[in-house]
Amino acid sequence: MPFGRQRKEFPSHLWTQCPTCGEMLFNKQLVRNHNVCTKCDHHFRLGARERIELLVDKGSFTEHDTELTSGDPLGFSDQKPYPVRIQQSQAKSGEKDAAICGTAMIDENAVELAVMDFDFMGGSMGSVVGEKLTRAAERALANRTPLLIVSSSGGARMQEGTLSLMQMAKILGALHRLDEAGLPYFSILTDPTTGGVLASFASLGDIIFAEPNALVGFSGARVTSETIGEKLPKGFQRAEFVLEHGFIDQVVPRAQLRDRIAYFLNAFRPSARDLRWSL
Amino acid sequence: MDVVDRLLGKKTTEGNGHLPEDAGLITDAASLTAQRTPWQSVQLARELRRPHSIEVIDGLFEKFQELHGDRGYRDDPAVVGGIAELDGVGPVVVVAQQRGSTTEENIARSFGMPYPEGYRKAIRLYRMAEKFHLPLVTLVDTPGAYPGPEAEERGQAEAIAKSIATMCGLQTPIVAIILGEGGSGGALALAVGDVVLALQNAIYSVISPEGAAAILWRSATEAERAANALKLAASDLLRLGIVDGLIPEPAGGAHTDPQATIGAIKSALIVQLDRLGRIPIADLLAARYERYRHIGVVVEPLPGAVPVAKKEPFWRRIMRPA
Ligand SMILES: [Zn+2]
Repeated sequence: MPFGRQRKEFPSHLWTQCPTCGEMLFNKQLVRNHNVCTKCDHHFRLGARERIELLVDKGSFTEHDTELTSGDPLGFSDQKPYPVRIQQSQAKSGEKDAAICGTAMIDENAVELAVMDFDFMGGSMGSVVGEKLTRAAERALANRTPLLIVSSSGGARMQEGTLSLMQMAKILGALHRLDEAGLPYFSILTDPTTGGVLASFASLGDIIFAEPNALVGFSGARVTSETIGEKLPKGFQRAEFVLEHGFIDQVVPRAQLRDRIAYFLNAFRPSARDLRWSL
Repeated sequence: MDVVDRLLGKKTTEGNGHLPEDAGLITDAASLTAQRTPWQSVQLARELRRPHSIEVIDGLFEKFQELHGDRGYRDDPAVVGGIAELDGVGPVVVVAQQRGSTTEENIARSFGMPYPEGYRKAIRLYRMAEKFHLPLVTLVDTPGAYPGPEAEERGQAEAIAKSIATMCGLQTPIVAIILGEGGSGGALALAVGDVVLALQNAIYSVISPEGAAAILWRSATEAERAANALKLAASDLLRLGIVDGLIPEPAGGAHTDPQATIGAIKSALIVQLDRLGRIPIADLLAARYERYRHIGVVVEPLPGAVPVAKKEPFWRRIMRPA
């Protein structure tokens, strides 16, 4: 169980130990610092709602598609039926599924924002996540605003089978239209971004940022290490490793993320020439 | 195929062309009688003697000329592609995943698991099809993308993502055919099309049954149960709208009569390319977008019709045993 979540599930505990430097951190202090260790800058996971609060201009977020919930197209059941799993996740997290989408302002730029929620079934992408992200991209296209997706996901949701896989093509189809329209798409990778999410929209931002030490990889480390039959090098599939290999633009500390996004939003603001067409 | 049919103004099963529209293709899931369990389909799809891509390419086309390399790193033998001629259609670009029929061949082709450079070779050939106005045919047969550390270092995820995105916007008709195993994102990178067909015993899944068993049942021996649950058999894919039609196989499976199987693929392919070739490219791209736009099942009540589920109070959460 990742440390960041454990803290969330036992709110009676007053403090959390940092897994990197061992410092005992008061939870209140940790929350105030957006779940970053005050001593060594270790980044704990940040919830989707807290993430939105961190990124957008105060009070500017208008949520969309709040009532979308999952069906059970396969009649799937493993240890428990899929609908039960969904209900339990909803009760636990207070969210309907693993993505929250809405329109917001960042440094006075209107954007479409989609944030994945790792606390909901590991942020897995099924039909609901696919539909919500596609709608977000379509809204960005209709309103000619930039799109920002914050990923935090183990990949495609197994309980919806091949339908989950198809969501990758669905979202990429919408992103392709955004690209053709010359609208910026920012992909923010947070811990963890893996599997079918990384192998689709998360890897194709005009700008791709990752948070320090975030797990960013296609295959699970277990599969990869079984493939070569040995242990993987330290730092494998971490944000800094992926930066070094050329697949992300910057590793950005959480405290600077909002300002860094704002810088590029301002730089990519539609030029006067483009505006002519919308008059 | 509804959108394509609508664009063509198709009214009867004969359409307005000179070929019977669906030549032997199974397009009605209800007409399928249960012949095999999903697990039997998994076995058949992975059958070593099953006709693999190169054999199928040789049977389908004339004068296949293979093109090698991604122009960046190396030539990936798990992805085979080039230009070939198809009866009554003319030259096409074909891109396929190649797994082996023997252990040696499988090792040489990394069991049909492409590296990033394999996908980048595929993208290069997709662009070639677009540039020279040739239709694109893809043959899918892979357990998945190669999961090793070199593949991670060279950007496996980015290569797959770009391949899918390129196909979404490619300005030429695409027919994708699932020959055997369609393993996850590594298969989808070749499988975005205007028409997606599957052989009758092919499978196509978000994760291998063994992988799902290990994660969801914590036991690799539950693979058969996982195969049932994942609905990965071709008949299920047709029912879910993920594939548009099934190409019939001989009663004992494709490997019992490769010639007949390849013949069935060929007639299906000619018919589909003929239909797609008559659609203006802008309409085709709109139809391709719609095809994927509508895949998935979501429940959306009318606004305000259902009360929002309340977050559990914190005292209940902390009192629940860990
Ligand atoms: Zn620390």
